[in-house]
Formats: sequence, structure tokens, C-alpha cells
Amino acid sequence: MTTSLSHSEVRVGDELPGLDIPLTRTLIVATAIATRDYQEVHHDPGLAVERGSKDIIMNILTTNSFVGRYVTDWAGPDALIKSVKVRLGAPNYPGDTMQMTGKVTALDGKVATVAIRGANSLGDHVNATVEVELS
Amino acid sequence: MAITREGMTVSQVQQEPDADKKAFHEQLLGFVGVQTGPARLAPDEVNIPMIRHLVESVGDKNPIYLDDAAAKASRHGEIVAPPTMLQAWVMGGITPPPHPESYEQMNRLLFSKGFTSVVATNCEQVYDRYVKPGDRLSMTTTIDSISEEKTTGLGTGHFVTTRQDYWDADGNRVGSMLFRIIRFRPAAKSKPPRPLPATTHDNSWWFDALKEGKLLIQRCKGCGELRNPPHPMCASCRSMEWDSIEAKGTGSIHSYVVTHYPVVPSFEYPLPILLVDLDEGVRMVMNPIDAAPDDLQIGCKVTIEVNKCDPELSLPFARLAK
Repeated sequence: MTTSLSHSEVRVGDELPGLDIPLTRTLIVATAIATRDYQEVHHDPGLAVERGSKDIIMNILTTNSFVGRYVTDWAGPDALIKSVKVRLGAPNYPGDTMQMTGKVTALDGKVATVAIRGANSLGDHVNATVEVELS
Repeated sequence: MAITREGMTVSQVQQEPDADKKAFHEQLLGFVGVQTGPARLAPDEVNIPMIRHLVESVGDKNPIYLDDAAAKASRHGEIVAPPTMLQAWVMGGITPPPHPESYEQMNRLLFSKGFTSVVATNCEQVYDRYVKPGDRLSMTTTIDSISEEKTTGLGTGHFVTTRQDYWDADGNRVGSMLFRIIRFRPAAKSKPPRPLPATTHDNSWWFDALKEGKLLIQRCKGCGELRNPPHPMCASCRSMEWDSIEAKGTGSIHSYVVTHYPVVPSFEYPLPILLVDLDEGVRMVMNPIDAAPDDLQIGCKVTIEVNKCDPELSLPFARLAK
């Protein structure tokens, strides 16, 4: 089984390995449907444009899922996510790439606070703060 | 001729006094703490197929979500769902149920002030425990807070935060979410003002008179001939002495063009530009008012109004005679 990060190995200021998410049309549609979000702006380009968007955009539930994945990719399967707080910014459009970076900003016993940024070519798509209990 | 405001192209954003804004916010605060409708029950228990669709599509390789052995060896001792999937379990699906009446009441109040656009800004989830296959969740929604009026890059509006609490079948909370949107009035896209005419010592008097609501025609003091546009010397008698008369404000269309391109953002297109023969005998360039290009005809009678385009500029406009 994959090993998990122990709190004793983590220091405030540690940076998480970067993760690039290619934003394909398939990804944006598949994740919207997987989260049962059928709003047209997440799968129908024609209607998305009619509603004032440039194209379809990633839904918020998926942004949350990527933030969760990014943290456990780093901390391992035994990490327990306590909270995920996201601030939303530039939309994730198909054809772009979301570059995820993160940094440990606090450590309280076993609980690490991680600041995460997901940026695309338009700016920050998401700024997140995650509290995660390490093993 | 009176200065009318019909020719104004710059839209005026209605400004409300602070007291009205405060009263409106007080009204909105009446919704804070209200639980909007009954609990919404998840259509299905937490289940492996939905977990699989989600973790596959986001490429999440954490084995505790699908691999029995890895999950057993983990702190959970069994398969669990990704915590960030919390919201997905109670999503309304392809035909979501309508919003509860109290939520719609709040929206109607916001719409009444023009706060019709919406953008989600924040989502904050706290997990009491990871949910696992077999859990049947339900969700309750409460209006958590409504900000006073704020102006952001998007426009002016109110931040509305709802709290969704997620419960298991035993009535224990498994997680909670604060979801913040801004309901806003989109920033008014006002047109830039019309380009100002190039004025000189020889014609600024004519534009200044328009600002007073007067359409003047230059008259030669030597021979009495009327002329337009203003210039310093009479073409007939070469006198440089002149005065002016006020136009009656009637005439007819001598000719016109309809411009489609290039588009200058100060104007509406297609843009008709008229040559009007004033009844006094001079010719002037102007735009029509309240007329579609198809309404225009050479020879058509017009009355002329001086309209204020912006604080710096007033111009004559032709209204087609009925």
C-alpha cells in the first residue's frame, strides 16, 4: 500500500509537488456529470455562450475534488481531510491547463494547514485552504 | 427650441441614497437564519459506482475509495467516499427540484432592485466524518448571512451565504458547507461620449450657442447671405463682417447615408447621417432622432431639435415630420 506522510516529516513552508491538469472538454463534461451537475454551462458550449460564458466551464464540485486529490496525492491515503475552503476566480475553460501548487502554512499537532493555488492562463482559478490530519 | 435630454447616450445609473440601501439590507436580513424548506434526501445511498465515476474522471488514485484491501488497512477500515464529494450525494440531477419558497422570496426581493446576476465566490466544507457506501444522506439549507451592498469588479450587489448541513440516517451531522454567491446588478456598460468637434475661433461660437439650446445660422453683414458651416469670409461678397440669426428649426432631407462600418463605440449602428436643407436655405449635417434607416426618404420634412449629448456637447438632431 502507498505510504502516507507522517506529521513528523512535515515542516511549515514545505511545498507540495506541482500538478498540471490539462483541461480537456472530456474532463470538464465527465466531472460535471460524475458530480450530478447537469447545468448547461458545464457541458453545452452553445448554451454556455448564450448565457454569456466564453465556453463551458468546470463546475465547483470538481474544483473541490481536484483540491482534495491534490492534498492526498501528497499526503497519502491515511491523510484525513478535515476541511476544504475554496475561493473561486477565473473559470477553467477547455483547452487551458490548471497548474496546482501548494504550501504548508501551519502545523498544529498532526493537523497541517495547506494553502493551494490552481492557476490557469487567465489567473487564479482557485485559492484553497485545506486542513488535513496527517498520520 | 428647448434642450431635451432625448439625445443622451450615456446611461445614468440610478443612485440610491444610503438610507434606502440600509432599509433594503434590513429587509434582506429578515431571511437570515431561515431554513429553506424541508431536508432534501439523497436519491441513493453513498455507492461505489458514483465514487468510481468521480475518482476516475478527476484521476484520483487514492486507494481508500475503491480498493477494499487498501481501505481495510487504512484508518477507516473500510471503503469511504472522497470527502469533497459531499455535495454530489444530494444533487438534484438532470431535473433539479425547484428552490423552496422562502429562498425564492429572497431572490425576488433581490431581483426587485436589479440584482439579477449571480456568481459563486466561496465554498467552505467541513467534514465531521468520511461517509461510506450505504450511508443515506440528507441535506438542510439555511440562509447564513447576507452582506450589506458591496461593489466589486462584477458590479454592485449583496453576498448571500447559505449553509448546507449534511446528515446521516441517524440524524448525525457528517459535514457542513458554507456556500457564498454574489447577487449583483451588472456594472453598467455606458457608451463613451461622442467625439468632440474640432472647434476654432471661427466656429466655437456656433457650438457654444448649441449648448444654450440655440441653432444659429451665420449671416453676412455685407450682402445678407446665410452660410453654413461657419467660416470667416462671405463667399459672395468677401465681407468678413457677420452676425447670425436663429434657425426656425424646420427643413427637409437633402440626402443621407447609413453607416455600418467602421463602428465607433459612441454610436448606435446602423448609423444614419443626414444632409438637411434648412428652410432658411442652408444645409447642415446631423443625425436623425427616433428614426430607423428604412423611415428615411430624400425630401422628407424634418423638425430640428437641439439635444444635449453630454455635458460638453449639444448638437442638432432631425426628427421626421409626421
